[in-house]
Amino acid sequence: MSPNAAHIITEFAYLAASILFIFSLKWLSSPETARRGVRAGEIGMVIAILATLAATGIIEYKWILIGLAIGGAVGVPLGFVKTTAVPQRTALSHSFGALAASLIGISEYYANPAHLTKFDVVEISLEVIIGSLTFTGSLIAAGKLQEILPQRPITYKGQNIVSLAVLSSAVILGITLMFRPGLTVLFPIMVGVSLLFGVLLVTPIGGADMPTVISLLNSYAGLADALLGFVLGSKVLIIAGALDGSSGFILSVIMCKAMNRSFTNVLFGAFGQVQAGAGAAAEERTVRSATPEDAADILKAASNIVIVPGYGMAVAQAQHKVRELYDILTKQGINVTFGVHPVAGRMPGHMNVLLAEADIPYDKLLDMDQVNSDMPQTDVALIIGANDVTNPAARTDSSSPIYGMPIIDVDKARTVMVIKRSLNPGFAGIDNPLYYLDKTLMLFGDAKSFVGEIVRELQGGHQL
Amino acid sequence: MPADFIVSLYVFVLAGFVGFGIIQRVSRLLHTPLMSLTNALDAVVVVAAMIIAGRKETELAVILGTIAVAASFSNAVGGFIITERMLRMFKLGGTKKS
Repeated sequence: MSPNAAHIITEFAYLAASILFIFSLKWLSSPETARRGVRAGEIGMVIAILATLAATGIIEYKWILIGLAIGGAVGVPLGFVKTTAVPQRTALSHSFGALAASLIGISEYYANPAHLTKFDVVEISLEVIIGSLTFTGSLIAAGKLQEILPQRPITYKGQNIVSLAVLSSAVILGITLMFRPGLTVLFPIMVGVSLLFGVLLVTPIGGADMPTVISLLNSYAGLADALLGFVLGSKVLIIAGALDGSSGFILSVIMCKAMNRSFTNVLFGAFGQVQAGAGAAAEERTVRSATPEDAADILKAASNIVIVPGYGMAVAQAQHKVRELYDILTKQGINVTFGVHPVAGRMPGHMNVLLAEADIPYDKLLDMDQVNSDMPQTDVALIIGANDVTNPAARTDSSSPIYGMPIIDVDKARTVMVIKRSLNPGFAGIDNPLYYLDKTLMLFGDAKSFVGEIVRELQGGHQL
Repeated sequence: MPADFIVSLYVFVLAGFVGFGIIQRVSRLLHTPLMSLTNALDAVVVVAAMIIAGRKETELAVILGTIAVAASFSNAVGGFIITERMLRMFKLGGTKKS
């Protein structure tokens, strides 16, 4: 095959892959077509890989095959993690993707440092800075989600200044390299400084902000890939990177809106610090608590029930018991839906996956706006493992740290039931006035066993 | 400024618009699979890694290229598997567990 023919074949193969990638995401618009989307993506990937192996002037295949074998051996187990572990898996894969992009950029730099134009140096530097900081930042995020690292924000005085100084020095090193290409010694320093910045960027961010951070890192990983496409002149990389980058960006915006916070606030605000004193006013208020029998009676008498699940439900592994509860109630003709807040769980859409895994039909999973418009007609709102996303202080108390955050308006339902271990404030340490309302019943206990007891009561009652 | 850069920039801007257009239409139910799928697609960087690992130019390039092949290919494999697994979980009411 002549080099020219080979070039044409690979370019068309990459074009076909790009088209398939776009269709792949397009078919995610509905759960019915979504699996077709995965198939399209896989075919696109295989075409791109085969064309590259066949026709790009590769001399030695040994290391490629070793790399593919290692990648497959690592990738398969990462594809089979539990759904509760999907957030950390995702963060880890952002870091792998960013690592690959950085290493290729680094290798491009060292291939021929003397012949690089100023423009090349700028492209490579930018690509390697973003790739490196995404690599370490995502590793830290994965560590926090896996709870190897503390989930609480780790902060110190002058932190933002230090972080900004580190980022600026990486940029300054890049600019210096552009004007003094001979100073190749600066390149590894720039990489090291960028790696350090990734650590500094994510360490101060708390676990509750992880959905936003993962989305942001997703968009950085995409951007790093697209920039690598600029460096190499590879259009398929630019397209895949732009798709990934815009997806991460859109998800970040959705997450920020759902928490009523700005990007800068998430990155530099260290959520969870401000609220330290906010729970002080909580004394001398009474709560009403109820037994599983009471709860079962109330649920039986209802005709519309909304269940609001939070990450606590997944932690308690209660989703399968919740499914049993859903089955029994639905069989009795009661309309049961689920109200899923955008930031419920540890990454965008996480709660939907956990509920779908428990065989809850996806047409019963409603988003915040849908469920809020139904709330005044709802007899019982049952909250399982969610806290801040149901806190009415977000609507009413302008001094609350979550004031302005859109919430699920459970307090508009006729009766509210909250399954909770104790009255301790939630992840962000904010007191929830919902628990002291007259219409609220607190169901104290472990989510899984409490739902199990309600199910048993309902079954007992049904048999009589 | 090289002409190639301008072409790349056009591709980037247009692909970005396409991305915004389609991703805004992705079902809110599927945001987790969306992220794992875009991750898998992003792993097409493996083609660049393979070229660097196979060009046999310098030892450094081969080492970096091989690590990059492994890192990106693991994303492709793991990303597609987990996306498929998650999407299988989404069922409508009335369908029985298989």
